Amino acid sequence: MEKIAIQVDDLTVAYNYKPVLWDIDLVIPEGVLMAIVGPNGAGKSTLIKSILDIIDPIAGSVAIYGKPYKQQRKLVAYVPQKGSVDWDFPTTALDVVMMGTYGSLGWIKRPGQKEKKASLEALEKVGMLSFKNRQISQLSGGQQQRVFLARALVQNASIYFMDEPFQGVDATTEIAIINILKELRKAGKTVVVVHHDLQTVPEYFDWVTFLNVKKIATGPVKDIFNDDNLTKTYGINYKVAINK
Amino acid sequence: MTAPQIEIQLIAAVVAIACAIPGVFLVLRKMALISDAISHSILPGVVIGFFLTHDLNSPWLILLAAVTGVITVVLVEAIQKTGLVKEDTAIGLVFPALFSIGVILIAKNANDVHLDVDAVLLGELAFAPFDRLIMSGLDLGPKSLWVMGCVLLITLTLLILFFKELKVSTFDAGLSSALGISPVIMHYGLMSISSVTVVGAFDAVGAILVVALMIAPAATAYLITSNLKKLLVLSILFGVFSALAGYWMAHLLDASISGSMTTVLGVVFLLVYLFAPRKGLIAVMYRQRQQRTEVSLLTFLLHLNNHQEENERHINHLNEHINWQKVRSKTVVDLALKNNMILIDNNVVSLTEKGKEFTELALEYIITNKDENIEPMKEDFFLFRG
Repeated sequence: MEKIAIQVDDLTVAYNYKPVLWDIDLVIPEGVLMAIVGPNGAGKSTLIKSILDIIDPIAGSVAIYGKPYKQQRKLVAYVPQKGSVDWDFPTTALDVVMMGTYGSLGWIKRPGQKEKKASLEALEKVGMLSFKNRQISQLSGGQQQRVFLARALVQNASIYFMDEPFQGVDATTEIAIINILKELRKAGKTVVVVHHDLQTVPEYFDWVTFLNVKKIATGPVKDIFNDDNLTKTYGINYKVAINK
Repeated sequence: MTAPQIEIQLIAAVVAIACAIPGVFLVLRKMALISDAISHSILPGVVIGFFLTHDLNSPWLILLAAVTGVITVVLVEAIQKTGLVKEDTAIGLVFPALFSIGVILIAKNANDVHLDVDAVLLGELAFAPFDRLIMSGLDLGPKSLWVMGCVLLITLTLLILFFKELKVSTFDAGLSSALGISPVIMHYGLMSISSVTVVGAFDAVGAILVVALMIAPAATAYLITSNLKKLLVLSILFGVFSALAGYWMAHLLDASISGSMTTVLGVVFLLVYLFAPRKGLIAVMYRQRQQRTEVSLLTFLLHLNNHQEENERHINHLNEHINWQKVRSKTVVDLALKNNMILIDNNVVSLTEKGKEFTELALEYIITNKDENIEPMKEDFFLFRG
């Protein structure tokens, strides 16, 4: 049997007593490239954030390779939504990537030559090496997203969580990013992506989870990415909507 | 300079440094208003601490008052979390409530306490040298210098130890949390340090002006640099400069020291706002003017590029064709000539090779909006620097 990378049991999350995630059970096998899809407000980002212990759930549990997240931090890399940070922050692209190494360094210890070298390599992988000293507000949206991706790569994790990495990026960057994600999967990593563009799901991903407060379905794209599940998730007759 | 004068300036400089450091992070976290709230709401803590210790410079008083500062932050967040009011409203609700308790406490006990509202609000640096630290008969200098010196030492130590943690939790709280660097701990750590600093500086510069010492230097430095370390250093320099210049201004005018310091802080900010090399008002206006000219230049080159017929390219008819006034046309033609982009032969203007190349590159940039194509041109033209 294949290994389970992430297991979520009975997870319920509420903001001000209003549930945004309701009794989620989810098993993500190792080595898949998975999309989480669902309408706005479906709780996609919240699901990732509660798996990563950023948000406290009111019920349920999460296991990363069988253990709580707190013990497995170093196995996990996270790319938040680009819009969640202030890009006017006084720092450079290289420095942002170096932040990815802070987790393995732990408290107080400073990044050194080894961390810098790894960060430069990550920047090169996403094609941003020539921008390493650029102030981050001077980068385009796609370049900022690449820097974020490099920051995750430098964490050298087994599992990658990405919150809408394709939002506001141009076609070239989108292809560059998806190619890197596919490479990660080839290397046996597990990649979980909050995704909006349903058209590209079959092309980009091999695994998919439909979410709308409750979990609608999860499994291989070729088996479950169908009109039935789309309709259940989005609440409209999806085929008709697309044909319009 | 007399000894007390030197001591006052030393205290002023130490206070300025101690305030500037947490101030940088408050500004970056968009929490400048919180420092205002803390500086007022610590008053009941100061008053109660004073009843207990009868010493404005006692470490116990400082700790007690700093706790009140942290309580302010907790209360603001609790009110905000109800979702019924926004953060600014929550701040506006909490600090006057706590401050007023302090005011009533002072008024009720005014007879036996050497503490009045004026001193609390404005502070009095001039008196600082009178309260001295004396150990076994030895005069070690003004007490407030020791107090602020200790606060500064603690702040500096924490800053150096936790620089990377402060940076990542300020820039990206989500990542910070996922990495195991709790943004909550960093937040309350910063709030505690800010509270301690405010209380320590309180005696010297008062509740209102301590806010200026925290926020103004960081806001000023932010206009000049986009490097966090430089931001810290520049904030400290601006703070110390304003504190010392303020002292001498007060000396000359025979006015309040804290008032003069804050005035200098304001003037320094204004000057930097006007003259900062990149973000300053004058630089921005100059850049916009250059960009306007360059857009005109580009329009002009495109016109030449699009028209082979000579009558469209005649120097005397250009105004009519592009619908510009004479002055603007002349500026543009001069600029194009200076850059060897056009040739004027027999009053007919035509593009040079360089002009053609430039036009094509610029066109491509406008259409694709891709930076790579114009990287080498950025140095020469404002237009392409975004």
